[in-house]
Amino acid sequence: MGLLTPDPGTVFWMIIIFGVVFFILAKYAFPVIIGMVEERKKYIDQSLEAARQANEQLAQVREETDRMLKEARDEQTRILKEASQTRDRVIKEARVRAQLEAQKALEETRLQIVAEKESALNDIRQQVAILSVDVAEKILRKDLKSEQEQLDLVNRLIDEMVTASKK
Amino acid sequence: MKKIRLLLILCLGLLMLPAGARAEEEAQPVDVNEVVFGHIQDAYEWHIVTVGDKKVSIPLPVIVKSSTGWHCFSSARLEDGAVYEGLYIAREGAYKDKIVERDASGNEIRPWDISITKNVLAMMINSVLLVWIMLACARWYKRHEVSQGAPKGGVGMMEYLILMIHDDVIKGGIGPDYKRYAPYLLTAFFFILINNLMGLVPIFPGGANVTGNIAITMVLALCTFILTNVYGTKTYWKDIFWPDVPTWLKVPIPMMPLIEFFGIFTKPFALMIRLFANIMAGHAAVLSLVAIIFITVKAGPVINGSMTVVAVLFGIFMDALELLVAFIQAYVFTMLSSVFIGLSRIQHEHVEK
Repeated sequence: MGLLTPDPGTVFWMIIIFGVVFFILAKYAFPVIIGMVEERKKYIDQSLEAARQANEQLAQVREETDRMLKEARDEQTRILKEASQTRDRVIKEARVRAQLEAQKALEETRLQIVAEKESALNDIRQQVAILSVDVAEKILRKDLKSEQEQLDLVNRLIDEMVTASKK
Repeated sequence: MKKIRLLLILCLGLLMLPAGARAEEEAQPVDVNEVVFGHIQDAYEWHIVTVGDKKVSIPLPVIVKSSTGWHCFSSARLEDGAVYEGLYIAREGAYKDKIVERDASGNEIRPWDISITKNVLAMMINSVLLVWIMLACARWYKRHEVSQGAPKGGVGMMEYLILMIHDDVIKGGIGPDYKRYAPYLLTAFFFILINNLMGLVPIFPGGANVTGNIAITMVLALCTFILTNVYGTKTYWKDIFWPDVPTWLKVPIPMMPLIEFFGIFTKPFALMIRLFANIMAGHAAVLSLVAIIFITVKAGPVINGSMTVVAVLFGIFMDALELLVAFIQAYVFTMLSSVFIGLSRIQHEHVEK
């Protein structure tokens, strides 16, 4: 049977050709292709890892930003609050000071008025005293023309003084 | 649907033409056996077509070491049974269609014959093609950076194929130390695949029945056989000569060891026969279907025409099937080879579990 008996010549050439093909492919083709594919696999893994890390970092950054934003907002509210407080305080102080000033001025005015009044009263009193002395002098001059009258007055005065001291 | 109908009519018309013309001639019987086996078997020349009586073929170099020393000449000199330098192609007998010489007593003997036959030339062409394809792919990888991404088109397809075999078949079949065997198995796969596929191309440089030649499959199976047994582990050999079976199966008569021992040879033998038989049968089937057209010439134009349609349809079906078989056989050869190698790489722990 020609079909089932391997021909030695064909075997010979097959070994040579297959050997050469194997040598070339095993040396120059398959290692290159498979090596490259494995490298690519590694590269993809690395890229995925890098992407994951970048995502994580991004998330961190976002968190940080959110935190900072929140802080800034808090700060803003705080500053605004403080400012309004300060404003209120300043206004209040100013009002108080103004009141005090006004009171002081009022007091001074009053004191002045009192002083003026006193001095006016003193003047009046002096004038009255002078006038009364003058009047008294004129009266006395007219009344105490006699000796008797003078004595009576003295006595009366002494009596008065005595009753005053007895009291 | 319309297109198919049109195609059918066209086929019918075209095929009726030569059939009709031929029927006029003195129809000589077509020796289907000769045609089919002539194709399936190796030849010293590459017969392309016969137009009328004129044979168009490529003569190939004959390299023979006979009793008178080395001879190297064109196969055209041996055409039609011519004798050249004491050598001729036997017409019958044990060495039918092979180059023989006569010894002193007149017996036909076979000299050392390493002629570049049709199969050898086809194998060379296919190998050059394969190497060219693979190196072209490899060049793509050398010219591109990893970061440039995966290849597209042809290189991408080759990468997909290589990876499929490498990752699924080889890694899966052999296990952890697959790296040593991967180049051989990949080479075997693509060598078989390209020879199978080129065998389906009906015109030169395709059409040779390379993987349907038992010498080719024998060498491939031998490679697997050697790789399996040279690197076999202790556990592998123990499982052959002292397998885990009841003692009476192996002590007085070493039944199981004997079976296991034969298994060493039957596994690669099955590889050899499977590939050879599948591809050869495929070629034979397609050729026989084509031959139907020529056989039915005698039966008149009506039967011949209808049989032609049937033959063409079945031929198309067979060719499509053979495309599938071309891949499947290459795949199966590689897969079984890696499974056999994987079995020979068994470590003790694996068995113990």
